[in-house]
Amino acid sequence: MLTYIIKKFWILLLSLFLVATLTFFLMHAIPGDPFTQDKAIPEEIMAALKKHYGLDRPLWVQYLSYLKGIVTFDLGPSFKYEGRTVSEIIMQGFPISLELGAEAIFLAIGLGISLGTLAAFNHLRWQDQFVMFFAVLGVSLPSFIVATALQYVFSMKLELLPVARWGSFTHSILPAVSLSLLPAAFIARLTRSNMVEILQQDYILTARSKGLAPFRIAVVHVLRNALLPVISFLGPLAAAVLTGSFVVEKIFGIPGLGGWFVMSVVNRDYTVIMGTTLFYSACLMVCVLVVDILYCLIDPRIKLNERVAET
Amino acid sequence: MIQIAFINGNKRFFLEERLMMKKRKIGHARGHGHGHERKKGLRALFPSLFRARARARVRARSSLLSLFFLLLLLASCERGRPSNPPEEQALRMSIHTEPPTMDSRRATDTTSINLIHMCFEGLLREDGPGVASRFEASDDKMRYTFYLRDAKWSDGTPVTAFDFADTWTTILSPNFPSEFANELFVIKNGRAFKAGKAAKEDLGIKVIDDKTLEVNLEHPTTYFTQLVATSYFFPYKNDVGNGPFKMVSWKHYDEMIMIKSETYWDKDKVKLQKLFFPIIQDETTELSMYESGELDWAGQPFSTIPLDSLQTILKTHTMQTIPLAGVYYYIFNTEKPPFNNVNMRKAFTLAINRQTIIDNILQGKQMMALSYIPPNLWKEKSKPAFSDHDIADAKKFFALGLKELGGKLPTITLSYNTSEGHHKIAQAIQQQWKEAFGVDVQLENKEWKVFLSEINKHQYQVARLGGLAAYNDPVTFLDEANTDRTGWKNADYDKFIEMARQATDAKTREELLHQAETVLLEDMPLAPIYFYTSSYLEKPYVKGVVFTNTGQIDLKYAYIHH
Repeated sequence: MLTYIIKKFWILLLSLFLVATLTFFLMHAIPGDPFTQDKAIPEEIMAALKKHYGLDRPLWVQYLSYLKGIVTFDLGPSFKYEGRTVSEIIMQGFPISLELGAEAIFLAIGLGISLGTLAAFNHLRWQDQFVMFFAVLGVSLPSFIVATALQYVFSMKLELLPVARWGSFTHSILPAVSLSLLPAAFIARLTRSNMVEILQQDYILTARSKGLAPFRIAVVHVLRNALLPVISFLGPLAAAVLTGSFVVEKIFGIPGLGGWFVMSVVNRDYTVIMGTTLFYSACLMVCVLVVDILYCLIDPRIKLNERVAET
Repeated sequence: MIQIAFINGNKRFFLEERLMMKKRKIGHARGHGHGHERKKGLRALFPSLFRARARARVRARSSLLSLFFLLLLLASCERGRPSNPPEEQALRMSIHTEPPTMDSRRATDTTSINLIHMCFEGLLREDGPGVASRFEASDDKMRYTFYLRDAKWSDGTPVTAFDFADTWTTILSPNFPSEFANELFVIKNGRAFKAGKAAKEDLGIKVIDDKTLEVNLEHPTTYFTQLVATSYFFPYKNDVGNGPFKMVSWKHYDEMIMIKSETYWDKDKVKLQKLFFPIIQDETTELSMYESGELDWAGQPFSTIPLDSLQTILKTHTMQTIPLAGVYYYIFNTEKPPFNNVNMRKAFTLAINRQTIIDNILQGKQMMALSYIPPNLWKEKSKPAFSDHDIADAKKFFALGLKELGGKLPTITLSYNTSEGHHKIAQAIQQQWKEAFGVDVQLENKEWKVFLSEINKHQYQVARLGGLAAYNDPVTFLDEANTDRTGWKNADYDKFIEMARQATDAKTREELLHQAETVLLEDMPLAPIYFYTSSYLEKPYVKGVVFTNTGQIDLKYAYIHH
């Protein structure tokens, strides 16, 4: 197990290096720079700006100095937001997105698995159809529609919850619900289809015939096996949801990290693009690693070490 | 049956089970007719699981119910919504984007500049004296002397002539990254200093004493009094301000709070005690918050009222609209056919029906732009240079232009940056050009910076641009490098601009600038479409908010009155 994690860690570092390299050169390949604006800037001023931010150096020198920055955990200053460093921006936005994302994932897992189970045990009955209807709705409705609708109903009409902004727990309810609907629907579908399949397996019958308690069968034998694909879906999902959603954070005026992924590219804020991309990649890889470990904890048939030995 | 099968051995049991499954599948395929049978079969197969399912159903139901009650409880425990009535003399106004900076030496965007105007003040204000109680200008308008009053920074230290001199020198120094430094090039040797060709001592900034500042300029500048009222010429000091308000908290991407500054020289006129600026990126959310009473203001200058909601808003609210010193226009690439032909440029400009665009798309009481420079920048009333939707003349110019081009018209592409508003206007104009000339114009939208770098390289035919006055003088539009993007050059135009630059009399100068504009519109390297307005909603208890001529919001005299 430990050797596996160590090996994975090295792969993670290598992937991060590749991501950094690719992002760096792609980013510089898009037309426009941080200082492109509707008002043309005279040459001498442009030269001073580029010199200040080191953009006058050859690209490979910039690349090497950026790599050096990553190694020393210095992601540099933002080009657009004067006086703020990329690390500051991430440290400020991430905890908020993390809190919101955690709430949303918690909700998505709870709702998804319970609805999926409900559907599976009522395969092809009205409960199942109801859940599947909900799931199709959840998968196909974009989050901005859900968010706006929730805002309209719960804040404007019923006046139960705040319209927007971040602060107390009540502020997080609507955004968390809008964020969770899509993953919840996905998880419900996954859980349902896996459970239906597993319910038809022979070992369920065996378990039943051995006289095991139905609850134990449902949880230990059915759910545990049905959850494996759900967990592999959870890895990338967690990375995406925890690092914030542009749309939901925008609609609810939440100062999270989500907006920076988009805004940094719009502004050609080079250092912020790099910082947020690397941060997201790192989150994603860590989540996937955690999923691998969880896999092996839930399903003893999977041996991480063996896989290492094979490769 | 299963029990027996099990007793008889595993093999048989599996067979039976498979059979059952097959039957079930067939049942599905055949439709609902077999549903009942199937259910019975299933129930027989897993009786206890079905009991478990029933229990699970109850559990799920009760957990859902309890979740709902929990939410209700939480909602009632905590204050459901912070729509408390506004505090006495506090104004809540949302801002659309995180201000990139509060450093006046670097700010170029309207959000930052408007906020900077609340915390800082220049030598003069657009409407009167500022830190300087009076000033003297030499007859040739090349030397200005400002006499400072006893103004204080928010930490209590006096605002001196040195503060201004230091800030301006910093902006002009070769290493300082200020995007608008060219606005300070009117100061003697400013440009040379920036390019590293002059020393700091050569700059035309001279501190006579703590309270007297003398500025020598490159050329006569009658509008220097307008320039020093802009944020570009504000004094800057770390962490303090010298304006009517001072910033007490700035949570990035979240909110900014300012309170009345007790050290401001004119503090007796300032009535608002607190300004609260939550950062709300979504305009619809902003509008909802305004309607639910969480904001006292919606719309410009910090945000916009969403186009989609305009109709509904106009029914229930009174929207305020003020003219803004800004123009929305299309530029022509005068280096490539067909718009290297002046008659073609004229034809396409005249064929635009601006009034329909304003009435049906913009709906913000904008003014048709029948000249290039916003009328509120001129001292005297300006006359339109051409008429709107002049199809007869447009057709005439088109026929003439087509003949000059040898009867061949290349495919025309209209480019704009991706935005719903620009797209709608482009569609309307595409239609108008088709109706007028029977020409099919292609539309092409690009991401903002991609778009800009392409027009900077002259890779376009017709493109959209817009400009806001940087300061309260027409030359802000004529001096701008925007005509560079069209590739257009005209000796007469340059002559008038240079003459205006040397003019020491304001009236003669305005006349010369008018002539320059006339030359520009004779050649039409650009097609003016409309002059910007600023639209906003304010609660009835908000009083005394004024806008400067260039569209800056001024909260110095604002107050709340119920």
